[in-house]
Amino acid sequence: MKTILGRELPDYIDGYGEVTPFQGAFRDAGIKTRKAVKLTSVNPSDGKVLDNLEQVFDKLNIKDGMTISFHHHLRNGDHVLNMVVAGLANRGIKDLTVAASSIFPIHEPLVEYMENRVVTGLVANYISGPVAGAISKGKLKKPAIMQTHGGRARAIESGDLHIDVAFIAAPTADTYGNINGVYGHAACGTLGYAISDAEYADKTIAITDNLVPFPACPIQISQVLVDYVVQVESIGDPAGIVSGTTKITKDPVALIIAKRAAEVIKASGLVKDGVSFQTGAGGTSLAVAAELKDIMQREGVVGSFASGGVTGYLVEMLEEGLFKTLFDVQCFDLKAIDSYRNNETHQAMSASMYGNPHTKGAVVNCLDIMILGATEIDTEFNVNVTTGSSGLIMGGSGGHSDTAAGSKLSIVVTNLIKSRVPMIKDEITTMTTPGESIDVVVTERGMAVNPRRVDLIEKLRITNLPLVTIDELKTMAEKITGVPKAVQLLEKIVAVVEYRDGSVIDVVRQVMNTNVWG
Amino acid sequence: MKITKVAKAGTLESNDILIMVMPNESGKVELELESIVLQQFGDVIEQVILHKVKEMGVEGITIKAQDKGALDYTIGARAETAIKRAF
Repeated sequence: MKTILGRELPDYIDGYGEVTPFQGAFRDAGIKTRKAVKLTSVNPSDGKVLDNLEQVFDKLNIKDGMTISFHHHLRNGDHVLNMVVAGLANRGIKDLTVAASSIFPIHEPLVEYMENRVVTGLVANYISGPVAGAISKGKLKKPAIMQTHGGRARAIESGDLHIDVAFIAAPTADTYGNINGVYGHAACGTLGYAISDAEYADKTIAITDNLVPFPACPIQISQVLVDYVVQVESIGDPAGIVSGTTKITKDPVALIIAKRAAEVIKASGLVKDGVSFQTGAGGTSLAVAAELKDIMQREGVVGSFASGGVTGYLVEMLEEGLFKTLFDVQCFDLKAIDSYRNNETHQAMSASMYGNPHTKGAVVNCLDIMILGATEIDTEFNVNVTTGSSGLIMGGSGGHSDTAAGSKLSIVVTNLIKSRVPMIKDEITTMTTPGESIDVVVTERGMAVNPRRVDLIEKLRITNLPLVTIDELKTMAEKITGVPKAVQLLEKIVAVVEYRDGSVIDVVRQVMNTNVWG
Repeated sequence: MKITKVAKAGTLESNDILIMVMPNESGKVELELESIVLQQFGDVIEQVILHKVKEMGVEGITIKAQDKGALDYTIGARAETAIKRAF
């Protein structure tokens, strides 16, 4: 069985099931249904606050083989996932599937639970650190399922991903289960990645270190969705909540790439009143935002919205009147958290509203310009952000495929060569986002436009920008680095990469040489 | 030619290589290579280092190289400098 991109996939994968191969970004559109949710109603005399996690576990009757879910708003400062899995391991529970919107280095204890079969399944949109390494080396019993941010919401709402218990890390919760992320020691701002979990799990538990009297305002997750509330000493470390990569780069190569990307944006004609824009929090992406800001100021353009994970930099653009609104699924720094708390034009969105393809229109559909990263790109513009060139898992789509599919202009910004590895090759290790969603690749030595975008090629031809074909970019890189030998991988499938519609776009195989990182 | 002491050149920064050389009694050239791109470029990196050793006519040398994705001319230059520092 082959995907439309030519990847050969098995019909059936042990521990995953039947495989629907990817057939194109919008091939699965049409009539959809959301699943019905079973719940236990709460009467006036019922309380929700429990004394400790042990009491929660007693109430929940968690059995072997269940799926428990977590959000990643506390990022590398999260204490909740480790705390819950350790508690369940102590009770002798086995065979759990952990459905976390993302996994970070702080979740290293999971590796041991994978080895002793407490955890045998993992579903996530982004996996980094020791857990990613352990999956790549085949330590998880079932293949990990790697989704997109919008795809995860779709899977939960459609019933493809059934959650038995959602454990919601709650920076603030009241005694009746209303939750917000803007107050408390571990304030993280919006809670976009936890919304579908809270709505569709059989049981939803608020775990907080800031239990306040009813009602906790503002309410981001409502009491009608929450079964129990429990207070613990600490749900997260604020130092780890703030993303480490929210500064504009000083690297001159990255700055040139950013400048060129901004020139492409300008030449596209999209920079006019009402323009919308999204970029990641990486140094190069933020540098593109800085360049765009200059253009908008010079030309007196007022944009409609900027979206995504929000950084202080986007907040500044909002406050300076360059955008009317921010759509925020996740706050990346304290400035974004403050802004969300205090400014009503700083609008929260759920992961579903952000990128779920099976809704009546996600925010990504309204997006003009998207700036993306890549670890590898092939000459058909297919992008890998799941594995490094040595085959190890080192990320995942997150919102990559969602925004690439939705936006009018998606630009991949990348160095042509990273640590001797050419970024553009005939065969990439893993396909994450299909080339049909990628419009331009900008590097420091030239830029290539997807031949599908004839309109854009014409607009760029009349500029001085260094336009080349993607094959020329590949040759340029290989002249400097030499042609890399193909990395040998084992047969065993360690992860299944799902496109946002739930079809399988690729699989990740076990790495051979476990000493190689990068 | 023989080297007489332990010397090194390079760094562990990305796109660089750290090369350490030391004399040995065997009279042979011994190379131990670690690289983040070992699978893709390990053979080429070894060739560049060994070619430089041969070009400089050095024998009885043990080389430890830790590569962080250096290009060939960087590898050659770091090897040459480490050896010159070890004479």
